[in-house]
Amino acid sequence: MRHVLSETTAHPALIFWIVAGWVGFCLLPWYGVEDGFFAFEWLVDGYPFDEDYAPAAFLIGQGEKLWLTPLVLPLITSIFALGRKKSDPLYAKILIASGAIGFGWLIAQGFGIGIRGFNFEWLKALFGNLGDRQFGMGYGALLLASAYLFLFTQGIAARGAINGDVFVVSAIGGVIVIVTVFVFFPIAKMLLAAFITEEGGYSASVFASKFFDDRLWGLGCLSGGRCGVAWNSLFLAITVGILTTVLGLVFALVVTRSGFRYKRALRALTVLPIITPPFVIGLALILLFGLSGTVTQFFADLFGVQPTRWLYGMPGVLIAQTLAFTPIAFLVLIGVVEGVSPSMEEAAQTLRANRWQTFRTVSLPLMRPGLANAFLLGFIESMADFGNPLVLGGNFDVLSTEIFFAIVGAQYDQGRAAVLAMVLLFFTLSAFYAQRMWLGKKSYTTVSGKGDAGVHPLMPNGLAIPVFIAAGVWGLFTVVVYGMILYGSVVELWGVNNTLTFKHYVTAFSVRIEETGIRWTGAAWDSFWTTIYIAAAAAPLTAIVGLITAYLLTRQSFAGKNAFEFGTMLSFAIPGTVIGVSYILAFNVPPIEITGTGIILIVSFIFRNMPVGVRAGIASMSQLDKSLDESSLTLGANSWQTFRRVILPLLKPAILAALVYSFVRAMTAISAVIFLVSAEYDMATSYIIGRVENNDYGLAIAYSTTLIFVMLAAVGLLQVLVGRTKIGRRTQFGAKEQT
Amino acid sequence: MSETLIASKAAPVRFENVTKSFGRDVVAVDNINLHVEAGKLVTLLGPSGCGKTTTLRMIAGLEMATSGRILIGDRDVTTLPATDRDVSMVFQSYALFPHMSVLENVSYGLNFSGFSKSETRDRALAGLELVGLKGFDTRLPSELSGGQQQRVAVARALVLEPQVLLFDEPLSNLDAKLRRQVREDIRAIQQDLGLTVVYVTHDQEEALAVSDEIVVMRNASIAQIGTPRSLYDAPVDRFVADFIGEANILPCTIESVEGDMATISIEGYNHVLPARGLATGAAKLAVRPSRLVIGAQDGFKATIAKATYVGVRMEYTLEASFGSMFAVHEDVDTPLEVGSDVTVGFSQKGPVLLPEA
Repeated sequence: MRHVLSETTAHPALIFWIVAGWVGFCLLPWYGVEDGFFAFEWLVDGYPFDEDYAPAAFLIGQGEKLWLTPLVLPLITSIFALGRKKSDPLYAKILIASGAIGFGWLIAQGFGIGIRGFNFEWLKALFGNLGDRQFGMGYGALLLASAYLFLFTQGIAARGAINGDVFVVSAIGGVIVIVTVFVFFPIAKMLLAAFITEEGGYSASVFASKFFDDRLWGLGCLSGGRCGVAWNSLFLAITVGILTTVLGLVFALVVTRSGFRYKRALRALTVLPIITPPFVIGLALILLFGLSGTVTQFFADLFGVQPTRWLYGMPGVLIAQTLAFTPIAFLVLIGVVEGVSPSMEEAAQTLRANRWQTFRTVSLPLMRPGLANAFLLGFIESMADFGNPLVLGGNFDVLSTEIFFAIVGAQYDQGRAAVLAMVLLFFTLSAFYAQRMWLGKKSYTTVSGKGDAGVHPLMPNGLAIPVFIAAGVWGLFTVVVYGMILYGSVVELWGVNNTLTFKHYVTAFSVRIEETGIRWTGAAWDSFWTTIYIAAAAAPLTAIVGLITAYLLTRQSFAGKNAFEFGTMLSFAIPGTVIGVSYILAFNVPPIEITGTGIILIVSFIFRNMPVGVRAGIASMSQLDKSLDESSLTLGANSWQTFRRVILPLLKPAILAALVYSFVRAMTAISAVIFLVSAEYDMATSYIIGRVENNDYGLAIAYSTTLIFVMLAAVGLLQVLVGRTKIGRRTQFGAKEQT
Repeated sequence: MSETLIASKAAPVRFENVTKSFGRDVVAVDNINLHVEAGKLVTLLGPSGCGKTTTLRMIAGLEMATSGRILIGDRDVTTLPATDRDVSMVFQSYALFPHMSVLENVSYGLNFSGFSKSETRDRALAGLELVGLKGFDTRLPSELSGGQQQRVAVARALVLEPQVLLFDEPLSNLDAKLRRQVREDIRAIQQDLGLTVVYVTHDQEEALAVSDEIVVMRNASIAQIGTPRSLYDAPVDRFVADFIGEANILPCTIESVEGDMATISIEGYNHVLPARGLATGAAKLAVRPSRLVIGAQDGFKATIAKATYVGVRMEYTLEASFGSMFAVHEDVDTPLEVGSDVTVGFSQKGPVLLPEA
């Protein structure tokens, strides 16, 4: 069967992409449509002759944008591949050449010619002034670019790469291109911006003067003054990393190594950071310890002292971040602590080590890579956190907020923002690199061979007591903080007028029912619906990109796989503020001009959350035995059919999880979002931050509470759905033997 | 085996009415009595889930008996945790500490046993030498092959000179060729040092090869205890007969009993064998495949239903009027054809009457 198929000359995928290329070239508007493509107003507004909406073919036909003409040639040549067999060497050559030339020319003309004609002096020198210009590419260009890309990958596959598997080669090519366009390109653009002088030239001295600025690296705090933001960030991140790791370990030990009864309740902790917008913790702390906070007032009355603003600055940010990120460390460490093979600890015990010696010489060293991992995660999260320093920072500046103020503040200095972003990126990428390269090889927790039926010993008593105290205190604190959020949302004016009221909810979410239907009169509805809409649009795209990447990483081997993996996981280590700045710098000029649209928000979510999807996919795909796909392949299915009919159905829970988590994360994100929102597309989180800046805490907290419940509902729904899909499956414990 | 620092403090192990249950309903070990003599290698053998590993872990102190008494030597250790028992164990997965070198692994237990630094080192090195891993002391476990890791695990347990040494399916992660060698090594060390060893396996051949005594377990209790020979030749019931080597269970009639010998008949074929206290009437007979004589002068009729050539011998499935049976034959050069009729008898020793009905 397969032989016959591969010998036939009509390859459906090839026909599809050639047709798609012609459609992109001849039918769809070449440039971006300002009022939105899907409004379809362009169809009745002068299409196909109006310059703004015309497809490339019509532009050329009218003698405009003649530099698009060469694009038609590879489309024509690719047709010649249609009549040929796949095994024909000319087939591969035609497709590779057509794809590469077409794609290359598309990119080259896009970058070469911008809104002011030629973008580069040497082009002007060579061809003279162009006298014409072009705007951001639209769906026509997008479709044609995709067509060229996939013609190229089909050519590569025909030459025998990855066993000639068109789907896998195309998937790899597609992922590489989109990651390059939406991760590496903006970052590179931002790095360049650090060298741009005010006149628009490039200069290393500009970079140097901004880089060696005293406000960045100053060490004044050692002598009573103020330190540079880089040191502030570094110090804060290290402290938060250590604190969250210790607390995470404490909770993990309570859950896995003690007789504590309410372990399920503790595990529920792990859901908190997922559903909580990061700055909400900061808001709750203000209610507790702020100038008019409950605790502050109580002690002020008790001791008759003046309430202080101690919270605003390093202490506040530190507490807030530790509260916010401890559950993440807990999530990591619970796996690590459980992953230490019980037989290691039992072996130590049979070798005469007592419980404390076992813990110190075996359990703890085996957890060390996990501890380092948790520390680095806390470090990255703290570095990247934007909401808490913004809400609680006071005069304590950190990199992420400085970047923001460099862009939006009175100083408007892109170069400075870029330099700050580079420093921030350097820190997080170093941590990320250390995590991947150094820890990747040192994990002791992988289960080796046939497992032993063993049980983890309990903690030694000397350890159990401090651990329980720490867990109890911190757990209680977390509960109080979350209680404050709920309570604060129904108080008239915190610390001044403590009467209970639903006023804030009414302001935010009032609804009027009129004859014409429901009118969403509340102040928050606009941003709320935008958030839902953007998050819902981003979620499936994130899941698709994530799962395909996970499939490639777990199921296929190809040259450069490690670099591929590093590249796809990289965006995890890029702080949102850096993404925000780089997207603004990269995407407000052609060829890709999407600032101010909803698309840029969706795109930023896809690439911010892609690592989550990839991880979810990898986790569940590595549980599926590879023999499943191999048997499907030997039964005559190709890799796309295998992916769709075997892997996807088995991955339903993972898909659902990736969907919900990317949805929820899109709703809680703030750092990148705050740069990318526009009047038309305002998001819930940036709206709340705006309220906080106006000291309108009541509304901000009411809105945050609503968000938390919406997301709790989403996660709860997920649990129900995933729980149900799992019923039909045999768990690994079903097959476990007790000898 | 050369002179070594490592001596033996072998002690007997005694289980008195020991029961272990997990939760309320799962009884892993049900009221067993067991005596392991000092200096002997005793194997706990049985299918998955029979309670043999739980029994072993109770000796180690990794599981605590729900009721009953466990004694090692003269000491009642029933409530002592693993740390305080003079027992060491070789784990199925070896459980070598991946963050320590081979020498550190072997020295681990010695560090907690009150030896001086130099003595700890000497003993650890002697242990490594004993298992043939001299010169591997600075390697990490991940740099060793599976067989070498196994021997490190043995050395680590041996150097403590435990009263009892436990093995939990030590060969299950090794390939077939290595298994034979390692089990011989284990047996040699055990005999040279006179160790008390309790060994868990589900492989009957392994058990027959290494043991002084075998404890066959089934459903949380002991089915039979005996030397390999007695288990093979005189199984107490169908389960043991079938678990220790293959056995054909055939229906027969006991015609007469004289003293402790009985005469049985199968389709008119008579055979004399120990009566094992049975009276005349219907009975069950267990016959090993190698004890069926194909082409005997005297015997019952059967047809060859299947013939398989496995190299060293022929394997036949025989079909008789009362059922089918499995036989082996040494003659591989003139195999019998499928469908041919043969007369099948028993060899002089071999068939055993099963006491159960």
